[in-house]
Amino acid sequence: MTTASQTFNLALVGTPNSGKTSLFNALTGSRQKVANYPGVTVERKTGTFTTPSGRVVTVVDLPGTYSLRGRSPDEEITRDVVLGRKSGEALPDLVLCVADSTNLRLTLRLALELKRTGCPLMVVLNMFDIATRRGVTVDLERLSQELGVPVVTSVAVRKGGTDDLLRRTDELAGGAGAQRTPNLWQPPSAAELRAGQREADRIIAASIRLPEKPDNLTRRVDAVVLHPVAGLIVLAAILFVMFQAVFTWAQPVMELIQAGFDALGEGIHAVLPASVPLLQSFLQNGVIAGVGSVIVFLPQILILFLFILLLEDFGYMARAAFLMDRIMGGAGLHGRAFIPLLSSFACAIPGIMATRVIDDRRDRLTTILIAPLMTCSARIPVYTLIISAFIPARQVWGVVSLQGLVMFGLYAAGIGSALAVSFVIKFFMLRDYEPAPFMLELPDYKLPRLKSVAIGLFTRAWMFLQRAGTTIFSMMVLIWFLASFPQPPAGAEGPAINYSIAAYVGHALEWLLWPLGFNWQIAVALVPGMAAREVAVAALGTVYSIEGGKEAAEQIGAVLATKWSLATALSLLAWYIFAPQCASTLAVIRRETGSWRWMAVTFTYMFALAYLASLITYTIAVALGAG
Amino acid sequence: MTSPTTPTSEILLGHAERGMSGTIGAIDARRVASALSAVELESRLLELGFVEGARVEVLHQGMVGRDPIAVRVDTITVAIRRREAMAISVIR
Repeated sequence: MTTASQTFNLALVGTPNSGKTSLFNALTGSRQKVANYPGVTVERKTGTFTTPSGRVVTVVDLPGTYSLRGRSPDEEITRDVVLGRKSGEALPDLVLCVADSTNLRLTLRLALELKRTGCPLMVVLNMFDIATRRGVTVDLERLSQELGVPVVTSVAVRKGGTDDLLRRTDELAGGAGAQRTPNLWQPPSAAELRAGQREADRIIAASIRLPEKPDNLTRRVDAVVLHPVAGLIVLAAILFVMFQAVFTWAQPVMELIQAGFDALGEGIHAVLPASVPLLQSFLQNGVIAGVGSVIVFLPQILILFLFILLLEDFGYMARAAFLMDRIMGGAGLHGRAFIPLLSSFACAIPGIMATRVIDDRRDRLTTILIAPLMTCSARIPVYTLIISAFIPARQVWGVVSLQGLVMFGLYAAGIGSALAVSFVIKFFMLRDYEPAPFMLELPDYKLPRLKSVAIGLFTRAWMFLQRAGTTIFSMMVLIWFLASFPQPPAGAEGPAINYSIAAYVGHALEWLLWPLGFNWQIAVALVPGMAAREVAVAALGTVYSIEGGKEAAEQIGAVLATKWSLATALSLLAWYIFAPQCASTLAVIRRETGSWRWMAVTFTYMFALAYLASLITYTIAVALGAG
Repeated sequence: MTSPTTPTSEILLGHAERGMSGTIGAIDARRVASALSAVELESRLLELGFVEGARVEVLHQGMVGRDPIAVRVDTITVAIRRREAMAISVIR
């Protein structure tokens, strides 16, 4: 305990899959903050809660780890916070070692290691209800006595399931047995790990009785899900349903949001006096049309994240890595790369951050380089706009929508090119190295908990809206400004935008982009698209609405269908499969690889691929008569 | 471990068929050529619960080259490539 005795610092430590995060959610509810540790992109999740006796507790959810050896940047954070070596982080007053009650072996070894740090420690047997239902009986007193630390049970997902934990925390915070002892921890040798696991197994044998007939559900499900053939079919089906859902389920909500923003724009236009046309134009075309055209994609992004969160909570993600390991290995990727790459479908930034689970540097670098090729959610607005404007909404083979199929094709093109790039990297640069190991715990299946999923979704939605409110908003203001000034001279012919700075910039870039079939309006939209891809859609909306007036703003898709040829549309789709257009992704690559060089490499190769793909697409499309 | 009536045989986990079960006899990572040092590989195996005396059973295997394998280690299931599983010898 330090000077600030009014707040009590808790740290949650546990192995991956121990239910640590659901306990964290149960303790803090929505009172949590997600940020980064300074200098690294490890997520720092903190929250506060108040105990029954009125004590204010701050709790930090540390990255999951099997030991304190610190094999990756995430695990180093866990070690450093527990040992009080991390500057700016409070030394925890109490470490909670969170264990999955149905599976204590690895966590108890970790607890024994944590004990050596001298930090006050309590073991939390989480998901105790599941263990009880499976017939696992735990002699809590014996377990606590053998470990030499307090042990409590909890059911993070049930109301009142953490009461015991809160009560004991209060007691310990009150000074009953939470004394810090000198730190004796050193990185354990193999012999010490072995001895630790033996000791943990001995303690388990002495205090825990497993049921005669173990629960076989996971095993029976895995007989199908991990089957060499059936398993891959299941995986493909899950991915297919996921992408169809993103494209079709979200539609009604998106139309609703679009209608709402249109009405808002109309309303503001009507309320403002007609004597200030610039202000009218700024609010309706710049702000509302711009931000609205991005926020409309929130439903799709939420559906995508919903699938990813559900698959993670079910315990399926590790299975997907198992199924894909050798298949991706053919392209030079590690099985563990599957999870970061799948996350990259939502956004490359968390995807690149998630590559930290790959501890081999070369494997990790390859994954980082190709992660931006996965079709992130920011491309959905661009794809959706163009597909709905140019691809007829009809069914093929009776059941599948053609638009959905084109979307699927774009995703497949992203994946295919990622594998090809990875193969090239492996072939030219990394072929003489021994492969890094693939070892991964396959957790028992668990039903996802509504609350955890809801909190996860809420966090993602909030991050997206914040981006829409800051980056995208300021970009839209800039675009509106560039597209509106200078104003056309009195008596000038044609749309006002033709006299603006935007038109000047667009025309200046046209020489570079005309072989791809891009007109100057697209060139204008691509520039702010550097900040975030989805801005390009908003920018097109602004450019065409300033050019075409109110009707154009309402029907941007319909306007594009009249202004662009099919060849141009296809060329822009091809461009966006590869386009290196996201400043935040490039920044994260620089930070994660620690070098400008890899950022430059990523930018250059993606730009080259985008240009080439667009050129080929446009040329072929024109040759086939779509120009 | 050995009883006079049932003769035991030793097999490397990396060679095991699906359905094989036994107890871990020894862990020796020096037989595996890996990007990791033998000590590090051994440490990671230990952290996932592969210790001498633990019961193992090969539950599932992948499509390409029957690799990787999913191994039940006492009460945990672990996915591991056959290559690294060569570090583990099993008595059955």
